[in-house]
Amino acid sequence: METDLNSQDRKDLDKFIKFFALKTVQVIVQARLGEKICTRSSSSPTGSDWFNLAIKDIPEVTHEAKKALAGQLPAVGRSMCVEISLKTSEGDSMELEIWCLEMNEKCDKEIKVSYAVYNRLSLLLKSLLAITRVTPAYRLSRKQGHEYVILYRIYFGEVQLNGLGEGFQTVRVGTVGTPVGTITLSCAYRINLAFMSTRHFERTPPIMGIIIDHFVDRPYPSSSPMHPCNYRTAGEDTGVTYPSVEDSQEVCTTSFSTSPPSQLSSSRLSCQPAALGVGSADLGCPAVFAAGLNTTHPYQLMVPGKEGGVPLAPNQPAHGAQAGDQERLTTYTPSDGAHCAATPSSSEDTETVSNSSEGRASPHDVLETIFVRKVGAFVNKPINQVTLTSLDIPFAMFAAKNLELEDVDPMVNPPDSPETTSPLQGSLHSDGSSGGSSGNTQDDFVMIDFKPAFSKDDILPMDLGTFYREFQNPPQLSSLSIDIGAQSMAEDLLSTLFYILEICDTLQMNTMAFHRAQERPDPKHTAGKRQS
Amino acid sequence: MNCRSEVLEVSVEGRQVEEAMLAVLHTVLLHRSTGKFHYKKEGTYSIGTVGTQDVDCDFIDFTYVRVSSEELDRALRKVVGEFRDALRNSGGDGLGQMSLEFYQKKKSRWPFSDECIPWEVWTVKVHVVALATEQERQICREKVGEKLCEKITNIVEVMNRHEYLPKMPTQSEVDNVFDTGLRDVQPYLYKISFQITDALGSSVTTTMRRLIKDTLAL
Repeated sequence: METDLNSQDRKDLDKFIKFFALKTVQVIVQARLGEKICTRSSSSPTGSDWFNLAIKDIPEVTHEAKKALAGQLPAVGRSMCVEISLKTSEGDSMELEIWCLEMNEKCDKEIKVSYAVYNRLSLLLKSLLAITRVTPAYRLSRKQGHEYVILYRIYFGEVQLNGLGEGFQTVRVGTVGTPVGTITLSCAYRINLAFMSTRHFERTPPIMGIIIDHFVDRPYPSSSPMHPCNYRTAGEDTGVTYPSVEDSQEVCTTSFSTSPPSQLSSSRLSCQPAALGVGSADLGCPAVFAAGLNTTHPYQLMVPGKEGGVPLAPNQPAHGAQAGDQERLTTYTPSDGAHCAATPSSSEDTETVSNSSEGRASPHDVLETIFVRKVGAFVNKPINQVTLTSLDIPFAMFAAKNLELEDVDPMVNPPDSPETTSPLQGSLHSDGSSGGSSGNTQDDFVMIDFKPAFSKDDILPMDLGTFYREFQNPPQLSSLSIDIGAQSMAEDLLSTLFYILEICDTLQMNTMAFHRAQERPDPKHTAGKRQS
Repeated sequence: MNCRSEVLEVSVEGRQVEEAMLAVLHTVLLHRSTGKFHYKKEGTYSIGTVGTQDVDCDFIDFTYVRVSSEELDRALRKVVGEFRDALRNSGGDGLGQMSLEFYQKKKSRWPFSDECIPWEVWTVKVHVVALATEQERQICREKVGEKLCEKITNIVEVMNRHEYLPKMPTQSEVDNVFDTGLRDVQPYLYKISFQITDALGSSVTTTMRRLIKDTLAL
């Protein structure tokens, strides 16, 4: 339900919600890249740091998010969702999380758009930064590598939680009330990590996202030289170029006022209208974050569209004061609790960007954003192989076993220089038409145990220390040891035996003496006795 | 004005005390810090940008996010280190707590010192456990990591209730609300104190931080 929000407030609110949605996607996706994120604080305000937070904009992610939004904003019944899933090197995939940005009908009519809503959205983004590190998928994403990679998908519409398995849990990041509804950000995450049958995956739509080719350098021209893109056709030009921030991202130069009420006038944010030019309109390719444990190459976010390509345009902030709408200035007092933006009076505000300028040719960006070179599991493959491996149908690898999978399996033969064909064109049509299921696809699979030796062993609960101690002092062989109890018993028996023998000797001697006495004849009695 | 009070409890091994406390304190301060205010003429001001960075714990399976400010991190590490040492040297049952208090200053006339009015207090109670085997320590790494995940979720839930926050001050009053001494970020005025609980359960105050600050505050 809308209130009598004036048009300017409504415009500002829509802008806030739009960029909040974009920044939300950036935070979530960057938290699943597999490495630590670091951005610098800047005491001087910059022109493109929305919500006063240094959150980098990965061009492909922004592009995908805008494509998913398609000019709409999250509203009642229309949620923006970011799906995080895991895909193994065998082709099995599993949804891990669904992050939802929703809007409900509960309105806060009293809240000031240009101050309270803005600051609360900033607080919510900070909360999102914290929460994205505490869900189970974070630790999985930090360990992604040869065995599996983490994918993301952005969609707009109804939230789909079916793929999370039974007993999934939810965590609410936070809410912000606005005059047009309450924004809610939450996450539903899987707790059962056993793989499900393929039947489940056949019902789910293919993952549409962005493939990250980790053998290609970062998209920033200032960084290390570009390696050949294995998704780019030989001889082609760049193909897809992503609009730089100065073309596509509106600049938010925020300035607040502490003037007393007598100086009230109108003020609004000064922003650049979006010139959203997309090089390739149809870039619905699956997304893979291929990050290996052995970091050897910088990985790059790229969208292997029809032409293939690498975003070359740097993510430059727009020069807010020199293009776009210059809007009126309004100041409010801090006691009103309302703060508004002032139009930047010069281009200096936007040219002092240091944190968000991703196209600058300086190591500054290298320090700010950590994109570590990693070796992924299944890139640099010929189109047919990658088509199979990149299909969202699980067990596609099993279906095409007759191919030279072993020869191109990166785990067997590490890939050499990347190929030039786009490996993912087939994946656009990965709706179950190929791959199918083999006999063993009906079985459930269990997550690989990543525990190192002796850290935890359910079969033999023994840690390294115990193992060492036990085998340092092995027990004596039982055959070589004589039980003390048995020994004493034996000794007792032996002594008893000796005693018996002595008795026997004594008896024998006595018997012999008796017989000798009997055999000695008695001169007086022996004849008579013998005769009788 | 009522002061909002939140209490968290954690049981950790001795070597995990520092990281667990830093994780909680940094998460709270992430939400209670803004960019630097730059006041301009005509009563307007602009706000700087807050950067963030991930911190991996060495003794806990956990990663937390903190504000990218080395000054702030040093200040927290200093007081957490003192707390850890006090816990270790206390010889008691390993019980202690740290308090992170956000306050506003209220100017008073001479000779009275400014009044510090707390508006939010976070108390983290720590119970140090002793473990004997490596397997127990490995389990503790994971369990404490899971517990800290819960604590972070609790902190975020409190933060997003959008309860009382001091109003944005004018330039002359900014030092009464914010700590403007840092170069790159501007947290709300805060103070950290800790207590070690002896075996009898009675509170034995081992830090004079609050008393010294209150006594010498002008």
